[in-house]
Amino acid sequence: MTKILVVDDSNSIRDMVSFTLKSAGYETVEAKDGQEGLSKAQAGAFDLVISDVNMPNMDGIALCEELRKLPAFKFTPILMLTTESSGDMKMRGKAAGATGWLVKPFNPEKLLATIKRVVR
Amino acid sequence: MSVDLTQFIPSFLEESFEGLELMESSLLNLEQGDDETINSIFRAAHSIKGGAGTFGFNHVTEFTHLVETLLDEMRDGRRNIEADDVELLLESVDCMRLLIEAIRDERECDSEKIAENSKRLEEALAASGSVMSEALTINADDAPTDNSSDIARWQIKFIPEHHLVQTGNDPLLLFNALADLGKVSLEANTKELPTLNDIDAEELYLSWQLTLHSNASEADIREVFEWVEDECELIITKEVQDQPLEAVTEAVTVVNTLEGSSQNEQADLTPPIEAHFAEPTPKNNTDKPVSKSKNDLGSIRVGVDKVDSLINLVGELVITQSMLSELGSDFDLSKVERLNAGLEQLLQNTKELQESVMRIRMLPISFAFNRFPRLVHDLSKKTGKEIELILKGEQTELDKTVMEQIGDPLVHLVRNAVDHGIEPAQVRLAHGKPEKGTIVLDAYHQGGSIVIEISDDGGGIDRQAVFNKALEKGLVDEKTTLTDSQVFDLLFEPGFSTAKEVSDISGRGVGMDVVKKNIQSLGGRIQVESEQGKGSTFRVNLPLTLAILDGQLVRVGKEVYIIPLITIVESLQPQKELINRVSGDMLLYRLREDNVPVIPIYQLFNIPCEFEHIESCLLVVVEADGQKIGLMVDDLLAQQQVVIKSLNDNYQQVQGVSGATILGDGSVAMILDVAGIIEMALTKAQINQQHQSSVQSQITRSISAGVNA
Repeated sequence: MTKILVVDDSNSIRDMVSFTLKSAGYETVEAKDGQEGLSKAQAGAFDLVISDVNMPNMDGIALCEELRKLPAFKFTPILMLTTESSGDMKMRGKAAGATGWLVKPFNPEKLLATIKRVVR
Repeated sequence: MSVDLTQFIPSFLEESFEGLELMESSLLNLEQGDDETINSIFRAAHSIKGGAGTFGFNHVTEFTHLVETLLDEMRDGRRNIEADDVELLLESVDCMRLLIEAIRDERECDSEKIAENSKRLEEALAASGSVMSEALTINADDAPTDNSSDIARWQIKFIPEHHLVQTGNDPLLLFNALADLGKVSLEANTKELPTLNDIDAEELYLSWQLTLHSNASEADIREVFEWVEDECELIITKEVQDQPLEAVTEAVTVVNTLEGSSQNEQADLTPPIEAHFAEPTPKNNTDKPVSKSKNDLGSIRVGVDKVDSLINLVGELVITQSMLSELGSDFDLSKVERLNAGLEQLLQNTKELQESVMRIRMLPISFAFNRFPRLVHDLSKKTGKEIELILKGEQTELDKTVMEQIGDPLVHLVRNAVDHGIEPAQVRLAHGKPEKGTIVLDAYHQGGSIVIEISDDGGGIDRQAVFNKALEKGLVDEKTTLTDSQVFDLLFEPGFSTAKEVSDISGRGVGMDVVKKNIQSLGGRIQVESEQGKGSTFRVNLPLTLAILDGQLVRVGKEVYIIPLITIVESLQPQKELINRVSGDMLLYRLREDNVPVIPIYQLFNIPCEFEHIESCLLVVVEADGQKIGLMVDDLLAQQQVVIKSLNDNYQQVQGVSGATILGDGSVAMILDVAGIIEMALTKAQINQQHQSSVQSQITRSISAGVNA
């Protein structure tokens, strides 16, 4: 089963993303910040990482950089959840090794449609 | 696939309120150059904005966006942290709270205040020259798809850079996504493919020519390639005439070849490309409507350590249980000692388990204290008094229900301390005190209860003023001599206020009596200490929890009742000469200078008893709301902690009974509601009075007045 790591400091967003993914048949693991995300990533393999950018302890950009250093995450798609649709944020994400981004706010349909571009 | 978003709204609301609290407390502590604090404020605002947008509360998003922009300027150092801005942000936090409360309560909110505040935010932003034209994307997928156009044939040339797969992008999946828009056929270009020896399996050497039959717009197609547009060459052209679809088999063959070759070379590497075009349709196995309960039952966040300790204890309980059942399966008298040891262990386990479960309901009192820095900040602005608030013992834990109900009384006491306690600066200086007043909020455990202290270093309570006021109200007469604490207790009488003028902060004369009532309804009490010129301390004593009660078991006939220990003044054997029979069935007992009405429980509940005459009974003197009565019982049994079971939940409200509990032998015992019983006696006396007014009036008076007969 496709396994997705969802990293966001907001409970409601994390629940929403996770619930949406689960109801679409994906398996999810949740983490509340970059730090926790990284340690959960080190403990298991994932087919996709969806991470918020603004988080305490370790933000999404740093998480992305750290993940790309792990051999198991060299090709793993990493999507950033951002509120800014500005090119600046996208460039920062890209530079850190992110695969793509999802601009908040998004609805569950959009989320599922979008991740199809990176997971099967 | 549709997901009901409303189910996440309670969680969004909860974390928004938490975020607002964090913003507020951080704003109050904000200093120039404190990056970490400003960052955390920004993050909180940002999360609220993001959540609000996702769940469709666009007005919250719009408003929060302004707040966030202002914070962003502070964060980037483009704006200095001025007191005015902090004030504006604090008010904005209030507005956000109003907006979110309106969502929670499903009502409209005061849009005028919001509009006024947004205007001020915009002005502040305009003053700093910040560009506000940056459009706020409320819904990214609002753009209407162009359905009017007929199916067109698109030619897409996709030449990715070699490192594309290293960003986690996979061309095949992009093509799949493209296939959602219409029929796709493609042709792979393999001419850049190096020889097997030169192949780097982590690189991508192919490029593609795709044909798409779709009514999608060019923007829709570009969106699919949104994440890779910087890492590829993408040429999209629209063809006018329609041509038959080409087969994809050829391309697939090529892809297969590549896959094979890379696997040969580096077997442990996941091939970046796979050749299958089946659309991955995820199963909608949980796609059922989720019913959302409207009535909020409330939730508690529990520390993982507490849950762990519970699990640990349950584990031990299971061990004890299996030990005992093993013992029981083959028991003889030689094993009595082991049985006793086992039972002892069971007792220990149960006790610990009970304590752990109770701890789950316990929250640090900081939840109740949190609102005070802001309150004192606002009040000190309003009154022009400089005040420092010191919070102590914030980690002291308290039952959640008690916590929720103690908030308002505490607010009242703190307001009082600011308004009446702390003197104006010039008065303070004249008395040789520091200009800045201090209010201390402290919480600590004492025995089975928690103590909350609100102390100030203000002028203290003017004993004479209180006494004079009481004289004026007719609560005391001139000859009465009262101790300090008795005088201060007068403050809690209804309608009592010594403030010379009524301010809008406190001092309307309603409140202190309500404060006392609220605290008493929680089973607590309040005391005052004060020294003129030095300050006052209000000390609130609360039970740790409302779920467990220290009770005195009493017997009446065959029934066992429980009297809350906290209400009991004393228990005694009545002496004949002190009993006053005022009328047929009314008794007064002379207890030192008080005349205490006696209420036989057997009469109250109409049950058989052992002793009908007061001389042979025991008298338990209890007190509630300042009124003492004597309860006539057959016998006093043990004192023990009982778990309160609600009668409302299991049966119905019964007058004179506040709840029930289950005793060690499995029988049910009622917990007496002392205040309720007093009320019953009073009503009964009043009814009697109507019948035989002359005889009964004396008793009614003595019951109503309570003391000093």
